[in-house]
Amino acid sequence: MSERFTKGMARNIYYGGGMFFMLLFIGLTVDTVTAIPERENRDQLTAEVAHGKELWEKNNCVGCHSLMGEGAYFAPELGNVFQRRGMDNEAAFKAYFGAWMKAMPTGVEGRRQMPQFNLSEDELNAMAEFLIWSSRIDTNDWPPNKEG
Amino acid sequence: MKYASQAVAKPYFAFAMLLFVGQIVFGLILGTQYIIGDFLFPEIPFNVARMVHTNLLIVWLLFAFMGATYYLIPEETQTELWSTKLGYALFWIFAVAGVLTILGYLLVPYAQLADMTGNHLLPTMGREFLEQPTITKIGIALVVAGFIFNILMTVLKGRKTVVNMVLITGLIGLAVFWMFSFYNPKSLVMDKYFWWWVVHLWVEGVWELILGAILAFILIKTTGVDREVVEKWLYLIIAMALISGILGTGHHYFFIGAPEYWLWIGSIFSAIEPLPFFLMVLFALSMLKQRRREHPNKAAVTWAVGCTIMAFLGAGVWGFLHTLAPVNYYTHGTQLTAAHGHLAFFGAYAMIAMAIISYSWPKLHGRECNSPQAQRMEIWSCWVMSLSMLAITLLLTWAGWIQVEMQRLPDDAGAIGYMQTQDAIMHVYWMRLAAGVAFAVGLGMYLYSFIVARNTRDQSPELIKAA
Repeated sequence: MSERFTKGMARNIYYGGGMFFMLLFIGLTVDTVTAIPERENRDQLTAEVAHGKELWEKNNCVGCHSLMGEGAYFAPELGNVFQRRGMDNEAAFKAYFGAWMKAMPTGVEGRRQMPQFNLSEDELNAMAEFLIWSSRIDTNDWPPNKEG
Repeated sequence: MKYASQAVAKPYFAFAMLLFVGQIVFGLILGTQYIIGDFLFPEIPFNVARMVHTNLLIVWLLFAFMGATYYLIPEETQTELWSTKLGYALFWIFAVAGVLTILGYLLVPYAQLADMTGNHLLPTMGREFLEQPTITKIGIALVVAGFIFNILMTVLKGRKTVVNMVLITGLIGLAVFWMFSFYNPKSLVMDKYFWWWVVHLWVEGVWELILGAILAFILIKTTGVDREVVEKWLYLIIAMALISGILGTGHHYFFIGAPEYWLWIGSIFSAIEPLPFFLMVLFALSMLKQRRREHPNKAAVTWAVGCTIMAFLGAGVWGFLHTLAPVNYYTHGTQLTAAHGHLAFFGAYAMIAMAIISYSWPKLHGRECNSPQAQRMEIWSCWVMSLSMLAITLLLTWAGWIQVEMQRLPDDAGAIGYMQTQDAIMHVYWMRLAAGVAFAVGLGMYLYSFIVARNTRDQSPELIKAA
């Protein structure tokens, strides 16, 4: 590295570059935060949906499942499970979801097991609402197909 | 050691190693569960084993960073630590809180842990890597604040070098971004957006400053190259880390509900993220080439150089493989992600931790370095762990490829479901477990090298007084 490129120059690139891009990132964040309500249908984010998110966290579903591709990779993606198992029909999905959750664990030997979470009817409904709402978020067309 | 207060580093390093062992035990459990799906169910379901594995990783690295800081700050500032009592007190608080949290994960169902710890008052649990009860998160914030206070007071009264200023900037950044772990809105998209302000801005941001500072310190000490040269490299590396990594956060915003411009911004800036890691490789090799001394601690130099290479491969190359949006569209949330994550964390952070421990542990015990036999065992362990991790990475990449082929590429009619695809990957998961066992053997060798070092203490050089 030549003497023309000094330590002072490198330091200035660090300070200047760091600050410039942090400010730009904050600006883009403001824009993103403004755009999110429409992209996620915030008007449909009911108390039920919010409760469903709380239950999702309290039972650590993300510890096995992924949601919009984020989380663990031990069990299926659930961001589009409403399309995959409910075929976009809310009643059908709720029936499926309730039955599934009540039937866990399958007890099939050697198969990956899901615990029984002992959720009430209200809680099952809230979780289903959360998953339905999540499936409608504008994720730039992700996932590529119904298998998620 | 030059300053008596550097001894505060010792318990931090020792506990870090203990947690590392725990992390790998649970890693082996997880690897087994991928094959025998109901292994240890229901006592230790997969999600519990996973949160233990990942949380132990993060916490052992934090202990190692703190130990590294306690070791290098007195030497860099040329003054004793402001308060050794505080250093030891915070160690015990952090260690006890950490153990209780892990026990909490293992002994009670997660929902019950949430109730017991009053999560409903400020719900922050249930997000990946942020599974800790809110009270633990508060504890971490307080421990880190106390730690930074102690270090700041030390730096204020001593010499301010580029190394110690970069390190403390990284640590302050770590604390600031940790605060985002307390933000948990009703909106899933907002939750995800700011979750990455902890995770990405840590490991692809301020942690790179910590890594760079520790690497620079080790290279100054072991090669004797002029500090001015080292510090110029350090500034350039961290400049590129921030210039690429801040907007590079956008590569996590492709498919979570954020606007489309992130597909472009995230792709372009994160494509540059390998550059600082590439520079670190050049840095290490260049300093070695220009070395003015043959430092007897070959093991420490091996870890340091190895770290830059493995970090470049894991964070740089494997990161690049799936960072462009058109690629990520198909690979998002597959085993390729896990492949990258494992090699990146091990290469960048686990290895720099072992490099600083390798350099400083003998010095903390009155020796310049370990005996040739102990160093040989240590260097072997570095190779075994590194090659095993590379094997895990290649295997998981293969697993991810099968997933993409079967589950993601076809349309609705032709796509194979998740569980059936996993069945098709089983043979790869078997091999991965074998590689994981090899890694565990490597870790065993590493720990054994400490025993060899103690037994061959008489064959290691005394501390060089003038250095």
